[in-house]
Amino acid sequence: MAETTTGATGSSGEGSGTVEALSLVPKAEARQSMKDFKSDQEVRWCPGCGDYAILAAVQGFMPELGLARENIVFVSGIGCSSRFPYYMNTYGMHSIHGRAPAIATGLATSRRDLSVWVVTGDGDALSIGGNHLIHALRRNVNLKILLFNNRIYGLTKGQYSPTSEVGKITKSTPMGSLDAPFNPVSLAIGAEATFVARTVDSDRKHLTDVLRQAAAHPGTALVEIYQNCNIFNDGAFDILKDRRQAEEAVIRLEHGQPIRFGTDHAQGIVRDETTGDLKAVTVTPDNEARVLVHDAHTPSPTTAFALSRLADPDTLHHTPIGVFRSVDRPVYDTQMADQLEQAVEMNGKGDLSSLLAGGDTWTVVG
Amino acid sequence: MTSQVSSPAEQADEAVLGELGEQRKPAGTKDVRRLDRVIIRFAGDSGDGMQLTGDRFTSETASFGNDLSTLPNFPAEIRAPAGTLPGVSSFQLHFADHDILTPGDAPDVLVAMNPAALKANITDIPRGAEIIVNTDEFTRRALQKVGYTTSPLDDGTLDAYHVHPVPLTTLTVEALKDYGLTRKEAERSKNMFALGLLSWMYHRPTEGTEKFLKTKFARKPDIAAANIAAFRAGWNFGETTEDFAVSYEVAPAATAFPPGLYRNISGNLALSYGLIAASHQADLPLYLGSYPITPASDILHELSRHKNFGVRTFQAEDEIAGIGAALGAAFGGSLAVTTTSGPGVALKSETIGLAVSLELPLLVIDIQRGGPSTGLPTKTEQADLLQAMYGRNGEAPVPVLAPRTPADCFDSAIEAARIALTYRTPVLLLSDGYLANGSEPWRIPEPGELPDLTVQFAQGPNHTLDDGTEVFWPYKRDPHTLARPWAVPGTPGLEHRIGGIEKQDGTGNISYDPANHDLMVRTRQAKIDGIDVPDVEVDDPHEARTLVLGWGSTYGPITAAVRRLRAAGESIAQAHLRHINPFPKNLGTVLQRYDKVVIPEMNLGQLATLIRAKYLVDAHSYNQVNGMPFKAEQLAAALKEAIDG
Repeated sequence: MAETTTGATGSSGEGSGTVEALSLVPKAEARQSMKDFKSDQEVRWCPGCGDYAILAAVQGFMPELGLARENIVFVSGIGCSSRFPYYMNTYGMHSIHGRAPAIATGLATSRRDLSVWVVTGDGDALSIGGNHLIHALRRNVNLKILLFNNRIYGLTKGQYSPTSEVGKITKSTPMGSLDAPFNPVSLAIGAEATFVARTVDSDRKHLTDVLRQAAAHPGTALVEIYQNCNIFNDGAFDILKDRRQAEEAVIRLEHGQPIRFGTDHAQGIVRDETTGDLKAVTVTPDNEARVLVHDAHTPSPTTAFALSRLADPDTLHHTPIGVFRSVDRPVYDTQMADQLEQAVEMNGKGDLSSLLAGGDTWTVVG
Repeated sequence: MTSQVSSPAEQADEAVLGELGEQRKPAGTKDVRRLDRVIIRFAGDSGDGMQLTGDRFTSETASFGNDLSTLPNFPAEIRAPAGTLPGVSSFQLHFADHDILTPGDAPDVLVAMNPAALKANITDIPRGAEIIVNTDEFTRRALQKVGYTTSPLDDGTLDAYHVHPVPLTTLTVEALKDYGLTRKEAERSKNMFALGLLSWMYHRPTEGTEKFLKTKFARKPDIAAANIAAFRAGWNFGETTEDFAVSYEVAPAATAFPPGLYRNISGNLALSYGLIAASHQADLPLYLGSYPITPASDILHELSRHKNFGVRTFQAEDEIAGIGAALGAAFGGSLAVTTTSGPGVALKSETIGLAVSLELPLLVIDIQRGGPSTGLPTKTEQADLLQAMYGRNGEAPVPVLAPRTPADCFDSAIEAARIALTYRTPVLLLSDGYLANGSEPWRIPEPGELPDLTVQFAQGPNHTLDDGTEVFWPYKRDPHTLARPWAVPGTPGLEHRIGGIEKQDGTGNISYDPANHDLMVRTRQAKIDGIDVPDVEVDDPHEARTLVLGWGSTYGPITAAVRRLRAAGESIAQAHLRHINPFPKNLGTVLQRYDKVVIPEMNLGQLATLIRAKYLVDAHSYNQVNGMPFKAEQLAAALKEAIDG
C-alpha cells in the first residue's frame, strides 16, 4: 500500500529544516525573507527568460528551509542557467562546462554541514557533463540538482541540444537534427537515482512544492525544470502551460493519489495487462479500480520509468510532472564519514610518527 | 663520524622471532669475500613473483644497513603470455657499503627464472658476471618460444659468464614434498627458494622475510610454512652445494647516513606520507579525488588505507571528476589533491585552469610515464614538463616542482602543499615511474622537523567602501604573496560567488573590462613569479667551466656520473632543480658563471627549452627517451664529451 511506505524522507510541507537531509546544516538565527537570498548582482538573462521565474521561486523558497545562509552553496557549470549562483546571496561557484556535479560531490562529501545545490542545463548536464550526472545519481551524494531543460543551446545562440526533438531545425542542423533525444527523467531513473522529479518554470506553486521535497530528500535529488528560452526555442512548453491544452497534456503525479488527468479527471493511467506497459484511458466505472495509484516510494523503479515514457517526445502530450521517484538508499557522504569514524574505532586516531616509522626500520647512531 | 647499525633482530620482539627461524649464519666452511657494492637483477615471468622477491631482498638489505637503490621493471600487461619476452618482469637492486645514487648500470648477478628472462636481460649483463639460471625451465618448447634454437646453457653462448645452473623448480618441489601441496602449488614457491639462495650468497638477514611470509599468509599457515621452507631450502642449498664456493659480504654503509631512524621507502609511498604529513602540518583534512592510472594508483591505494587520519579518498568516474571533486573540496577548506599520470593531466587541464582562476589551493600530482597518448604506461619519462608549464588555455601559470629521489617525494609533497596553501594556487608536482616504484633508505623525520603549514581562513570583512561600509572582497590580495583570502562556506557574512569568468580585481564580480583583464592576467602571473623558493645549490668543488643542470629523477644518475668524472680528475659543476616554476632567483647568475651548460633529460629537451628561452643561455641537451633512467656510465661519457668539446 502506497500510504504505508512514505518512510523517513520527510513529508512535504513541514519546512523549517527539520528534515534528515539537512540535519547537519546549521539553522539560521533570525527569520529570513526572499530578499536575504538576492545578491547585489544585476541579473543578466534575456528579458522574458524562464530562468527569472525559477530564480524567484528558489529565492522565495529558501527562507522556508531556515538554514544558515552561509551554509548554502550553489554550484553550476556553463550555460545560461549556470549564471544562477551569481544571483544567490549564498556561497557559490560558476565552474566549467558539465563539471558541476563532480565539483559539488567533492564539496558535499567533505562538508556535510553544507546544503549543496547544482544548477545545470540540458546541454551542461546531459551532453558534456553526462558522465558526471549519472555517476552523481548512482552514488547518491547529498546534492540537489536543478536541471533547467529548455531543449536548446541558448548561450551559444541556438544549436539543438540532447533533449531537442528529432528533426529540430537549428543553426547547426539546417536540415533537421538526427539524434534521438534523452528523456532526463528516464535517464535519471536508469542511473539509479533515488529522487527524480519534473516541474515547470511558470508553475511557481508546483515548482516550490517539488523543491521542498527535493530539499528534504537524503541523497541526490534530480529536478528537471522545463524552462522556456524565449529567444531560441520560444513556446517549447506552451502545451503544458496553456490552461486549456494543459488539462489534457499534463499528468500531475501526487504520491498516494490515483493518476487521473484531463477535463474533470476523465482520464487515468492504467497498466496494460498484456504488455505490462502504462497507457492512458478514459476512466469508466468498470476500469476505475484499475487506475494506477502513484507510489513514489516503491523500491522498484519500473513503474516510475514507465511513467516517464508516457510523454510524447515531440508533442509533450501526456507529460507527467511531480515526483516520479523518492526512495531511501544509503547516502554516499554519510557512508564516507562513517568509514572515517570506523577507521578511528578500529585503528585509533592516526598518529603521524607511528605511520612514518611503520614497517622495517633500523637505527643509525652517531 | 663513527656510526653503528642495529639490526631489527635486536629491536624485534623476541617472542615472535622465537617461533621463526633464528638468523641463519654460514658455517664458515666456504670462502667469504668482501665487496663494496653489488648489483643484482631478478628476472622471470610476470607470474613468477620477481617484484616480491626483489622487494624482500631490498627489505633484508635495508635492515642490514646498506645504502641501496632499486629499479623495478615490468610490462604493462598483468599476465603477458607465459614464457615470452614481453612477459618478462625484472627487479634490479644496487646495494653498497657507501652512499650510492642509482640502481646501477650493469648487474653483477642475474637471476634468470626462464629462457625469456635470460634472453631479455643478457645484453645488459657484462662479461664475467654471475648468472643463476633455473635449468628446469630450459625445455625445448620454452627455448623455441623465445627463438633459441639451441640451449644457451650448452652452446657456448654463456662462456664469458660465470653460470650457476640450478634446477630451482625441482629443488623447490622436492623441499616441499611433505607439505601436502600439489606440484603446481609447490612450484609457486620457487621465487622464495631463489631468494633464500641469494640471501645466503650475500649474507642477508633472513628473519625479516620469514616474519613477512608468516604475516602475509597469516590466514593460510600451510602456504606460509611452505614458503618459509622453500626460502630456507634455498639458503641451505647455497651453504651445501659445491657450485657456490664463495659468498659475499657487503658491510653496512655505516658512515653514509646521518644518525636517525631509517626505513626503506618507494617514491609513491613517500609521496603518500608527505601528503598525510602536509595535512597534519596544515591542520586541514586531506581530500584525494582520483581515477586509477599507472603508475599513480598506488597513491590512491595508500591514502585510502589511512582514513583514521581523516583522509577522504574519492575514486571518481573519470580524471576530470577526480580533479573536480578535489577542487570542490578545496573550496570547502580541505587540503585537496588529485593524482594521475600524463594522459590524466591532459584531461584535467580545463579544471586546472579553473583552479588558476578561482585561486584555490590544489595539488596536481603527475607520476610521469612514457608518452604521447597511452605510450609506455609502466616505463619512466620526464616529458610532461611543458604540459605542466603550458598545457592550458589562456595565460594560466602554475607552480611546477619535481622530487629528485624516491625519499625526496616526501619533502616535495610538503613543499608543494606549502606553495599551494600560501599562494592559493594549483601546484603541479612531477614525479615519474622511476621514482614512484624505485626505493631507497629514508631517514624518518620527527614531526617537530616538519614545517608549519597552518593557514588562516578569512573570518570577516577585509575592505572598507568609500561610504564606510565594511565588506568582504574575495579577490583583495595579500600585498606580499598576492594570495587572495580563502573564505570557506559556513563562514557568516563572507558569502561570495567565484567562477571561471574573468573577475573584477578586488570584488571578484564578473568583469569584461579590457584593462581589468590585462591587470588580472598580469597579477596572476606576478603571484606565481613571486613565489618564494630556495636558491639552487651548486656543487662545484674545483671551479669547473662546465655545469650539468638537471631536474627531477635524473638526480641519481647525474650525481653518480659527476662522481665518476671527478674521480677521473675532471672538473664539473652540478646543480639540480626542484623548483621549475618559478625558477630559483639565483639560477640566472649561476648559469652565467659557466662556459658550458649541459642538461640531461628523459625527454627531447624540455627544461633546456625553458632555460634557453628565459636566460638566453646556449644550454646543450643530452636526451634519452627509452623508458629507462640514464645509466651513470653513459651520462659520464656524455658529460666528458661536453667538457672536452
